[in-house]
Amino acid sequence: MSKEDNAVREPFMRIAKRGSTSMKRAIGVRLTGIILALIVSALFIYFVTGLDPLAVYGAMFQGAFGGASAAAAARRSWITIRDTMFLLTIAVALAPAFKMRFWNIGAEGQVLMGGIATAGCMIYLGDKLPTGLLLLVMFLSSCISGAVWGLIPAIFKSKWNTNETLFTLMMNYVAMQLTSYCVALWENPFGSNSVGIINQNTMAGWFPAIAGKTYLLNVLITLVITVGMFFYMTKSKHGYEISVVGESQETAKYAGISTKKVIIRTMLISGAICGLAGFMGVAGIDHTISTNTVGGRGFTAIIVAWLAKFNTFTMILISALLVFLNRGAAEIASQFSLNEFASDIISGIILFFILGSEFFCNYKVIFQHKNDQEGK
Amino acid sequence: MDQLISLIQAAVIFGTVIMFGCVGEIFTEKAGILNLGVPGIMYLGGISSLAGAFFYEQNAENPNRFMCLLISFLCAFLAAALGGLIFGFLTITLRANQNVTGLTLTIFGSGIANFFGGSLNKLAGGVGQISVPVTSAVYRKAIPGLSGLGFVGKMVFSYGFMVYMIIILAILAQYFLSKSRKGLSLRAIGESPSTADAAGINVTLYKYLAVCIGAGISGLGGLFYVMDYTKGTWANDGSIEKLGWLAVALVIFATWKPKHAIWGAYLFGILYWMYFYVSGLTRSSQELFKMLPYLVTLIVLVITSLRKKREQQPPMSLGTAYFREER
Repeated sequence: MSKEDNAVREPFMRIAKRGSTSMKRAIGVRLTGIILALIVSALFIYFVTGLDPLAVYGAMFQGAFGGASAAAAARRSWITIRDTMFLLTIAVALAPAFKMRFWNIGAEGQVLMGGIATAGCMIYLGDKLPTGLLLLVMFLSSCISGAVWGLIPAIFKSKWNTNETLFTLMMNYVAMQLTSYCVALWENPFGSNSVGIINQNTMAGWFPAIAGKTYLLNVLITLVITVGMFFYMTKSKHGYEISVVGESQETAKYAGISTKKVIIRTMLISGAICGLAGFMGVAGIDHTISTNTVGGRGFTAIIVAWLAKFNTFTMILISALLVFLNRGAAEIASQFSLNEFASDIISGIILFFILGSEFFCNYKVIFQHKNDQEGK
Repeated sequence: MDQLISLIQAAVIFGTVIMFGCVGEIFTEKAGILNLGVPGIMYLGGISSLAGAFFYEQNAENPNRFMCLLISFLCAFLAAALGGLIFGFLTITLRANQNVTGLTLTIFGSGIANFFGGSLNKLAGGVGQISVPVTSAVYRKAIPGLSGLGFVGKMVFSYGFMVYMIIILAILAQYFLSKSRKGLSLRAIGESPSTADAAGINVTLYKYLAVCIGAGISGLGGLFYVMDYTKGTWANDGSIEKLGWLAVALVIFATWKPKHAIWGAYLFGILYWMYFYVSGLTRSSQELFKMLPYLVTLIVLVITSLRKKREQQPPMSLGTAYFREER
């Protein structure tokens, strides 16, 4: 885009916004992006390690869904599903906040707070309450802790317009230090610098297996939230208010919507679901707590929620893709004695391409030599 | 006294790492671009300098100190600037969301760094522990003569050259941003890109330069971390990531002014290491102490938003892409 006088020299090309994008084009562009990303990753694998990229991708598939026996394959698939659900829950939690244009980067911390509350309940109340009541108390306290962690930045944002991106980012690390504090406090056995498996013998506060499936409860909770959030955002009055505030705070004001109220309410919900994810992570997956309980998923979920355009069903696909990459990379790490961080590289490349492909959905590039009659 | 000296020394080394990250990020943010990829960029800088120095020291008969310095320095700066270029292409030209792209860059950078950090040894044919003693020594060489001047020498002159370099760089950056014509243009873009565009400033070019140079400077923080903080070795423990986020925090703390980053960085260092020197702390309460830098940043963030002083606010257009045809 040159600065020269346009009458003398037309710019070589210009970029215009698309009014709307057809479903077919949207899917086509993204698929092209993913395929290009896989090719680039394959080149990377080949040139750095000299391994056959197809064999590596095959091994990744094995790592996520396969195994020597049917039982091993089933177990691996369940772990892949379990991790997908965990990531998905956090992404769903972030969706309403992002739709409101409230950059909640603090999922990592909000999930950890939920995890701390859960672990605390398991440790202090594990042998005092009956299972049903215990799970209820854990559920409530984790949601409340997450909600409080989301509420604090929301209050400052609504009252004084404090930058929420930076605020929530800092809150992550406060939560992380709180977790380290609790780990040191609850350390078991003494001197191990970890909490160990909580209630290993009694299994008090662990998610019960349903129909013999250990992680079925995780799946059910996540699906309820995913479907519920979809309808909350698209069909309810609250969801409408969220999208108006996200589009323009001025419009919201004219329409008589209290922006402050919407921000605080939405962040309470967002934080509470994050807290619930922490509940799931501690009581349903790890049965322990550490600063790695969330393991960066709070950040990955941001990418998932954004790429899915706040559609909770699309999030299922994207979470599954990322978890697949992660699990697969763990497998190639052991099979080819590579380093497991290869998965972060491949995830990074794929995400870069998906992010870049958005452009070709939203904009069109018009070259000069074509007939230049079409307007914006 | 000895305790105080070692606290100050630890704080200065710590502060230098995050000051590099911070000054680079201030450059970027002043152009209206919020690059949350700082940890990733510092990772890229760190691993490239290590890899460059490692292969040079492995292959050279008698490693020349100046070449060690040059290779590691250039590798760090260029790799980090390349990371910035990827980020810039996605957010400036393709208008991808900055927060999401930045976080992706952090994932990517930490992946690259930890992957190569872990397999450098294997790629080089299994030579055991990776270390670059010659290069690391160059970076840690204290000022001869002055560093022997009692406790003042220990506190002020006992560091490698990069500690002083970043102070000078911060002062230059402050001068550039507040006094020079080009700095004014850069700030104008950060405040209102359409106004700057109308005034004839090449917005795209400035943004690209700000992102790439800013990333290059941030990447030097990774170089300093690897060469000085960990003395030329690599550990996959994610500590660069933590420091990278502290660098982002420092930008807020310094209210987007490099001159405040200088003392802010050392203050962060003192706050971070204080637990080590306060007696009577249990292991758990030490962890609460480490929260201090983040809490202080939060307080600064809240206070600046309360006072609403124009010169202390984030750049107006921070985090938004500029599209000329959008009105």
